[in-house]
Amino acid sequence: MVKFTINGKAHSFDGDLAMPLLWYLRDELAMTGTKYGCGMALCGACTVHLDGQSVRSCVTPVSAADGKKITTIEGVDAERIGRAVQAAWRKLQVVQCGYCQSGQIMTATALLAANKNPSDADIDAAMSGNICRCATYVRIRAAIHEAARSLA
Amino acid sequence: MAKKYQRHRWWTPGALLAVVCTLPLFAQTAAGAASDKLFEPIRSVLQSPRCQNCHIPGDSPLQFDIGKIHAQNVKRGPDGKGMPGMMCSICHQTQNASPSMGEHAPPGAPHWQLPPANLKLVFIGLSPHELCVGLRDPERNGGKSLQDLVQHFGEDQLVAWGWNPGAKRTLPPLTKEQTVATVKAWVAAGAPCPGE
Ligand code: FES
Ligand code: FES
Repeated sequence: MVKFTINGKAHSFDGDLAMPLLWYLRDELAMTGTKYGCGMALCGACTVHLDGQSVRSCVTPVSAADGKKITTIEGVDAERIGRAVQAAWRKLQVVQCGYCQSGQIMTATALLAANKNPSDADIDAAMSGNICRCATYVRIRAAIHEAARSLA
Repeated sequence: MAKKYQRHRWWTPGALLAVVCTLPLFAQTAAGAASDKLFEPIRSVLQSPRCQNCHIPGDSPLQFDIGKIHAQNVKRGPDGKGMPGMMCSICHQTQNASPSMGEHAPPGAPHWQLPPANLKLVFIGLSPHELCVGLRDPERNGGKSLQDLVQHFGEDQLVAWGWNPGAKRTLPPLTKEQTVATVKAWVAAGAPCPGE
C-alpha cells in the first residue's frame, strides 16, 4: 500500500506497485490531462511533479510516489508559478494541437521554480526532452520568458 | 671463425661498462611493466562503456556501447545531476525502469548522476598513466584515499549498477568481485601507475 497526495488530495493505492504512475492517473483516476506519448521517457508528454521535481510518469512506478506530493496539469495552477506559466501560454497562444502541452507546462513550471530568469540556453537545456510534433518551440520559449517577466 | 667470435667478445671492457650503466634502467622497466600489469585490468573496466559514458570530458553524457551523445540535449549541470528543469532524475529512477517498458527504457540506480562540473574525473581519452594518476589523486577523485577507492568500487550503489545494468547492456570486462580484488592488489602495491 502506498499513500500520496495528488493536487492536494490524499490517495492510497494497494494494487500493483510497479504500475506506471501515468496509468494510475489516466486509467484508475480518469485524470486524462497528463498525456501518453511514447511510454519510454522519450517525449515528455507525461511529465508530472513529485515533490516539485519533474518526472516522466510513464516510467515512474506508483511505488516511487509513496509519501510524496504529486502535482499534475490539473493542479499546477494552485501555485503562483504554474498560474503565471498558464497565463503566458494563453497570452502567446502557444498551443497548436495541444497534445504535448501538459508536459511542456509542467517542465516550464519546474524550470521557473529552479531558475527565475532563464536564458534561451537555460530554456533549451530544460525543455529539450519535451517534444512537440507541431513545433511550437519558438512560442514555448517566448512564453517562458513572458512568465518569468510576469513573476519578477 | 673462432677469430671472428673473439673479436665480438661481449665482455670487452666497453660492453661491461654499458651493461652496468643500463642495469637501473632495466630495473625501472621491470617495475613499469609490473605496474602496467596491475593497472591494466582496472583501466579496462573504467574505460568500458558502462563506466566511461558518464566520466566524460565535456558536459553531454553518452549512451550505448558506441558512446553516442545522450538524446534530448541532456547536460551535466553544476552538481552533475542535470540542468534546472531537466534533472537526471526526471527519467532515471533509483532502479531500472521495468523491462515491460522496453529494453531501452531508462536505466536507474540510487544517486544516478555524473561527476560534478568542478570534479569531472574524466575516464575518456586518457592514457593508462593519466587515468591512473587522476584516479589515485585525492584532489581529482573527490578527496578519496586509496582505501576509500576500494570501498567506492565495492560498495557504491551507482558503481554497482555497472555490473548489473539490465536489458542487453554490455558488462565491463571484469566482474565486480574481480575488479574489487584487482583494485585491492593495486592499492596493496602502493597504487603504482603505468610506467612508474
Ligand atoms: S509518454 Fe512519458 S515521456 Fe513520452
Ligand atoms: S502542440 Fe501539437 S504536439 Fe505540441
